[in-house]
Amino acid sequence: MSDAVVPHRSEAHAPSGRPDIGWFKRALDSDIFYSFRRSKLTMAAAAVTLLFFLLAIFASWLAVQNPFDPAQLQLINSRISPLWTADGQSPFLLGTDEQGRDVFSAILYGLRISLTVGVLGVILSGALGIALGLTAGYFGGMIDGVIMRIADVQLTFPAILIALLVNGVAKSLFGNRLDEMSMLGVLVVAIGLSFWVQYARTVRGSVMVEKNKDYVAAAQLIGLPAPKIMMRHVLPNTMGPILVIATINLALAIITEATLSFLGSGMPDTMPSLGTLIRIGNNYLFAGEWWIVAFPGLALAGLILSINLLGDWLRDALNPKLR
Amino acid sequence: MTPPVLSVRNLEVEFVTRRAVLRAINGVSFDIAKGEVLGVVGESGAGKSVTGLAVIGLIDPPGRISAGEIELSGTRIDHLPAEEIRRIRGKRIGMIFQDPLTSLNPLYRIGDQIVETIRTHTNLSETAARKRAIDLLAEVGIPAPEKRIDGYPHEFSGGMRQRVVIALAICAEPELIIADEPTTALDVSVQAQIISLIKRLGRDHGTAVMLVTHDMGVIAETCDRVAVMYSGRIAEIGPVQDVVRNPLHPYAKGLMGAIPTLAGDDKRLVQIPGSMPRLSAIPPGCPFNPRCAFAFDRCRVERPEPIQQGAQSVACHLFDTAKETAA
Amino acid sequence: MLAFTLRRMLQAIGVMLAVGIIAFAMFRFAGDPVNQIVSIDTSAAERASIRQSLGLDDPVLVQFGRYFINALQFKFGVSYQFRLPVANLLMERMPATLELAICATLFAMVFGILMGVYSALRRDTMLASLFQAVSLIGISLPTFLIGILLIYLFAVTLGWLPSFGRGEVVKLGWWTTGLLTLSGLKALIMPSITLGLFQMTLIMRLVRAEMLEVLRTDYIRFARARGLTTRAIHFGHALKNTLVPVITVAGLQFGSVIAFSIITETVFQWPGMGLLFVQAVQNVDIPIMAAYLLMVSLIFVTINLVVDILYTVVDPRLRSTVGRTA
Repeated sequence: MSDAVVPHRSEAHAPSGRPDIGWFKRALDSDIFYSFRRSKLTMAAAAVTLLFFLLAIFASWLAVQNPFDPAQLQLINSRISPLWTADGQSPFLLGTDEQGRDVFSAILYGLRISLTVGVLGVILSGALGIALGLTAGYFGGMIDGVIMRIADVQLTFPAILIALLVNGVAKSLFGNRLDEMSMLGVLVVAIGLSFWVQYARTVRGSVMVEKNKDYVAAAQLIGLPAPKIMMRHVLPNTMGPILVIATINLALAIITEATLSFLGSGMPDTMPSLGTLIRIGNNYLFAGEWWIVAFPGLALAGLILSINLLGDWLRDALNPKLR
Repeated sequence: MTPPVLSVRNLEVEFVTRRAVLRAINGVSFDIAKGEVLGVVGESGAGKSVTGLAVIGLIDPPGRISAGEIELSGTRIDHLPAEEIRRIRGKRIGMIFQDPLTSLNPLYRIGDQIVETIRTHTNLSETAARKRAIDLLAEVGIPAPEKRIDGYPHEFSGGMRQRVVIALAICAEPELIIADEPTTALDVSVQAQIISLIKRLGRDHGTAVMLVTHDMGVIAETCDRVAVMYSGRIAEIGPVQDVVRNPLHPYAKGLMGAIPTLAGDDKRLVQIPGSMPRLSAIPPGCPFNPRCAFAFDRCRVERPEPIQQGAQSVACHLFDTAKETAA
Repeated sequence: MLAFTLRRMLQAIGVMLAVGIIAFAMFRFAGDPVNQIVSIDTSAAERASIRQSLGLDDPVLVQFGRYFINALQFKFGVSYQFRLPVANLLMERMPATLELAICATLFAMVFGILMGVYSALRRDTMLASLFQAVSLIGISLPTFLIGILLIYLFAVTLGWLPSFGRGEVVKLGWWTTGLLTLSGLKALIMPSITLGLFQMTLIMRLVRAEMLEVLRTDYIRFARARGLTTRAIHFGHALKNTLVPVITVAGLQFGSVIAFSIITETVFQWPGMGLLFVQAVQNVDIPIMAAYLLMVSLIFVTINLVVDILYTVVDPRLRSTVGRTA
C-alpha cells in the first residue's frame, strides 16, 4: 500500500533534457528545503556561525583593548556597567570587569581561544579516529578487536570525564611549568582523546563494507595495491558522515573546553576563553554585576546553538539514515 | 429485502502529498451479502488493501475518503465521527492483517490482548471474558487453549499466531470480516488450514467475508464471488466460477494465466507485459490500455464504466457494443 | 538467560580490569607517590627506603596486583591534599552525589516522558513545537550556564532558593540525607533541574521518536482495527512498547548523570564526589582521581548490568531467546 503512494521524485521532477542544470536545482527542490522556515533558521545559523568566526579572526582590530595585556587594563575603569545603562561609559560597550577589562574585547579574544581549541580538537580527534578506524577495519582480527573494545569502553564514559582526567594527568606530569599556550595544547589533546570513537566506528564500518567487494579482490589479483584503491572508495563514502560528526563535535568540543575552563581546569585567567570568562564573571553575580557573566554566556550559547543547528541540517542533508 | 452486509458505492480514496493528489481508489462499487465470501484480487498497489482499510475507517491522513458511500447492513459508516467508527471496528467488522508475526503486540500475553478486545466491546467481566477467550482459541483450533492463553506472541508459530489474530477478529461476533492477504506471510502448508478456517467461521456464523489476496487458487477454492482490481478500479466482478473460467476483461484474462491464442483452441500461459502504472502516472482512459493487447483509440481517451454481462460486470470498452458501433 | 547474564558479567569484569589498569597507571606513573610523602630535604637514601617500603621497586605486575587487591577492599591510598584515606573521603561525599543524581534522573524521566509522549501524539500543536525548541536549547546550553542562569533568577533576583550547598542534612547511619529537611529539599531543586535538563531533553527526543515509530507498527494498526479506545492504544500498547528502549537509555544515562554531576556540583558548591574530583584535578591529587575513576566505572558497569537484566524482564521475547542466540 505505501509503496503505491510514494511520489517518485526522480521521474516527476528531473529537469528532463537538461540534466546538467543540475544537482543544485534538484537540491533546492529536495525535501530538505521543503520547510522554508527551517531552511531560514539554518541560514540564520550559518550566518551567525560565520559572524562568530569573523569576530574571532579580526578580534585584534575590533577590540578596544588587548584584554591579555595587563598594561592596557586600568583599575579606574573597573566594574563599569554596559553602555546603555545609566552608568555606562564609552568605549566599553558591554561594560568592564573587576580589573577594568572591557567585556566586549574579552569576549572577542575568548571567542578566538574557544574556537581555536574547538577546531584543533576536532581536527585531532578526527585524524585519530579516521586513522584508528582505517587500521581496525583494514587489518581486522586482533588489532580490530583491541581498538574497538577500547572504543566501546570509552563510549560508556562521558567525554568531559575523560578530558578532565587527561588534563589532571598532564598537570601532574608537567607540574606548574604549563604556560598558557601549552595549556591550550593540553586542552586540544584532551578533546582529541575524548571524541575519536565516533569517527573510528564510522570509518571502520565503511572499510568493512568495501573490503569484501569484488573490485578489491580484482585489484589484488592484477597486482594493484588494494589499500590505495580502497582509500579512494572509502574516504569519499565516509566524507558525508564525517563532516556531520565533525560539525556536531565542534559544538561538543567548544562546550567541553568551556566546561573545563569553567571548572578551573582549562584556560587560565591570564588568557581566558569564554568558559574562563564565565567562571570569573560568576563570582560577581551576587554583587549584581550580571554583565560580566551574561555576555560571555550569551556568546557561548549562541555559538553552540548555531553550530548545532548547522549540524542538524547537515545531517539531514547529507545522510538521512543517520537521523 | 434485507440490505447486503456491506455495500460500497463509488468509493474514492485520495492521498494528498505535497506534490500531487494521488487517487488510490477511483470509483469502486461492490456488495457482500450475509454469509458470502467476496475475493478481491489484483497486483500489489491495485488498491485492494486500501479498500479494506477504507471500509473499516483506518485511512489515515494524508489519505482520505474523498467520495462515495459505505453502508454496513443499511447504515452509512463512512464519515462517522472517530469515536463511533471505533465502536464498529472490532465489534461489527473484524479485520485480519497480512503478517501475524507483527500484528500482535509482542509485550502482551495473547490472552490479555483477547480479553482487552472482548471487554472493549461487551460488558463481560474479566473472568467471563477470559473464559470466552479460551473458547475462541479452541474454536480457531489452538490446542490446549487454557494453557496457551498465557503465552506471549513469540511463543507461537506463524500459523498459530494467525489463528490468534483470527480469534481477535471474531471475538465480538462481527457481521463482516475483512481478511487482508491473511496467508501471504505463512508457509504453504499452513495457508490451506487458515483459509479453510476463515471459510468455516464465515459459514458457521453467517459472517460476510471480504478476502483480499493475490492468490487465484485461494479465490477459486474459497470465494463465492470475486472482484479483480486494477489501478484503484474494479476491472471485473462476478461469481467466482464465471470469472475464473470465463474472464471477460483482458486484464482478468491475463491474471487467470490464460489468454486465448489466435488459433483458438490451445491455451498457453502468458505474462501480462509491463507493470501496473504508479498512482502518480495513471494514463488517461482505461488505466490498463498501455498493456492491453486489444486496446483501441477509445481506451486511450475515455474511462470505461462497468457493463453488465450476464452475472459478471466488466469495465471494458470491448463489451460496450452499443457505443462501439456508434463510434 | 543464565548464560546471557554470565556473559554480561564477564564483560563487566573485563571493563573494570581495563579501567583498573588505567587507574593504576595514573596512580603509579602520573604522580610519584614518594614526592608526595617526603619533603624537599629528604636524602636520596631515605627516598630509596621509602620506595622500598611502599613496594615501588617491585615488578609492575606485582604492584598492579597489590593495587587491585587494595582497590577490591576500597583502599585507594591517601589523598595528597587532605592527608586522609581516599575511601573515607569518597564515602562521606557519596550520599550527596547519589541523592542529586537520583532526583535529577527522576526529574528527567518524568518530564522527558511526558513531553515526549505529548509531542508524539500532538505533533502539530504549538506546545509540541515549544517542547522541540526547549530540547534544542537543552542540548545547546552548557550545563554550567543553565546553573548560573537558575541561580541568578531564583537565588539572586527572587531569593526563593539557596544558591549553594545541601541545606540541613540528617544523618542516617553513615548516610547523610537532605531529603528530610525543608532546607535540604529546597537546596535540591535547582541542582536537580540543572543536572537533569540535558537528560530530560534526551529522553524527550527518544520517547517522541520511539513513540512515532511504534505508532506506525502493524500491531498498533491491528489494535485500532480491533476497535480499542485511543487511550488504550496510546497509553497501553504504544507507551509500553516505547518505554522498553527508553528504560535502557535512561538507565545507562544514570552513569552519565553521576559523571556530569561534576559540573553541577561545582556550580552549586554541592558537597559531593564530583566537587571532590574537580578539586583533586586542580590540585593534582592523583589518588582521588584514580579512585573516583574506579568508583564511577563501578557504578557504570553495575548499572549496565542491571539495565541489561531489567530489559529481559520487561521484554518477554528476550527472556527465552537472548540466552540462545547471543
